[in-house]
Amino acid sequence: MDVTDKTGVRERVVEIRDLHKSFGNYHVLQGVNLDLYRGENLVVLGKSGTGKSVLIKIIVGLLNADSGSVKVLGSEVDKIDYKSLLSLRLRVGFSFQNSALYDSMTVRQNLEFPLVRNRRNLTKGEVAAEVERVLDAVGLLQTLNQMPSELSGGQRKRIGIARTLILQPDIMLYDEPTAGLDPITCLEINGLINEVQERFHTSSIVITHDLTCAKAVGDRVAMLLDGTFQRQGTFEEVFNTDDERVKTFYDYNFIQ
Amino acid sequence: MAEDNEKKPGRISRMFLVLYDVWQFIGRFFKEAFLPPYEGKELMRQCYDIGYRSLLLISLTGFITGVVFTKQSRPSLAEFGATSWLPSLVGIALLRTLAPLLTALIAAGKVGSSIGAELGSMRVTEQIDAMEVSATNPFKFLVSTRVLAATITIPILTFYTAMVGMLGALLNVYTNEETSWQAFFSSSLESITFLDVIASTIKAVLFGFTIGMVGCYQGYNSSKGTEGVGKAANAAVVTGMFLVFVEEVITVQFFGLFRT
Ligand SMILES: Nc1ncnc2c1ncn2[C@@H]1O[C@H](COP(=O)(O)OP(=O)(O)OP(=O)(O)O)[C@@H](O)[C@H]1O
Ligand SMILES: [Mg+2]
Repeated sequence: MDVTDKTGVRERVVEIRDLHKSFGNYHVLQGVNLDLYRGENLVVLGKSGTGKSVLIKIIVGLLNADSGSVKVLGSEVDKIDYKSLLSLRLRVGFSFQNSALYDSMTVRQNLEFPLVRNRRNLTKGEVAAEVERVLDAVGLLQTLNQMPSELSGGQRKRIGIARTLILQPDIMLYDEPTAGLDPITCLEINGLINEVQERFHTSSIVITHDLTCAKAVGDRVAMLLDGTFQRQGTFEEVFNTDDERVKTFYDYNFIQ
Repeated sequence: MAEDNEKKPGRISRMFLVLYDVWQFIGRFFKEAFLPPYEGKELMRQCYDIGYRSLLLISLTGFITGVVFTKQSRPSLAEFGATSWLPSLVGIALLRTLAPLLTALIAAGKVGSSIGAELGSMRVTEQIDAMEVSATNPFKFLVSTRVLAATITIPILTFYTAMVGMLGALLNVYTNEETSWQAFFSSSLESITFLDVIASTIKAVLFGFTIGMVGCYQGYNSSKGTEGVGKAANAAVVTGMFLVFVEEVITVQFFGLFRT
């Protein structure tokens, strides 16, 4: 099902082949094939419950696939041991759909957590500087000493992204970064995603329902329908079709 | 990590599946808790937390138990004109059974439930997954530290309870028999053997380990959804208390073998 890519010989950082995953009788992913090339932003579209979150959870090894192969930065995720998996995860950032901030820690401690635990040679000052750098990147410096419970949904989402960025991963997986946010914040997040791509040459998978976001950040778009990627390509290529399901998805988004 | 739902197994095999799961959980604890990198800072924080959380309640309960137990035992001893045995009777009762059991039950209620609820809500809101993906081993950071902290702190609390209970007993004896506190303590300490101290320590370590393990197991494996958190906290208390009683019976039998 691979669409020939005009990027040709570019290096693949994520390579998924014939991936299957079921929960009970529900066959969520039915033979997914997907490539992520170095330096690109790939948008994954699909309606609710089609298994988008499941897909990226399999990429970081939070869920195990039933069959198929998932290669991330050259390693087979479900074949390596736990220690190698942890060091692989250092290079893959994952921002959760629901932010998943640590409730018992302040924003500062949330951001410090991955850093102090994985880069033990950093001084206190360096850690503080890093924290401020990413917090500034998401525009939330003023929340430094607040608790997650005191933040709005959009702010939490941005802190969640900042916490992922702090380790400067090679690959970013964003799970619905703009869902439930106002249009202006959406624009800011889109800008942030593009900036991360340009500044750090990060390769990203962005899951979204939001076509404005898809258009703004996606170098390439893939649409998950009935458990497989039936359409991949540029935004225009994907939506230039007679497929009713794709058209409904498009129409609904813009009428909204 | 991955939840695999196969065909619904029958009741008996489900029980064995749970037992196997628990066994693996315990095994993972021993595999990970004692290998570097150590989570010393988090361990200290948990110890402090557990101690701090139960201190007030334990002080109160221990003291009252000391007073009441002494008061209620007096008439039976007075019948034989043996009220002078009160200090040693109370000392033995507190050290051997009352203090370990009281401390463990209170800890199962306070510590077990809060560990269950805390880890449960971290599971439900994907905070545990967030630790995984930021390359921290959440089992080591969350479970190992809490189980170790409970195993270390609850024995300390147990001896503290025994001491506070003795103070309660002293108060009661002092107001009734006018024994000096020196005489009270020397007569109660005289009757306590080395075996008593060892047996209580081992028992308290076992209780602490159990309470920490049960709380962590329930919370760490809590089901998704907010009702999962409540269930985890509740199951932590019920299972914890039940196991404490079972272990109490077994250890009493076991150490009875050494007493002649
Ligand atoms: N841990 C799990 N256990 C059982 N079923 C699950 C689990 N995770 C996901 N599912 C099921 O898999 C399906 C796909 O879930 P997923 O979260 O990937 O959807 P999604 O495409 O991300 O949807 P949304 O856009 O609403 O976030 C859902 O029907 C869900 O019920
Ligand atoms: Mg999702």
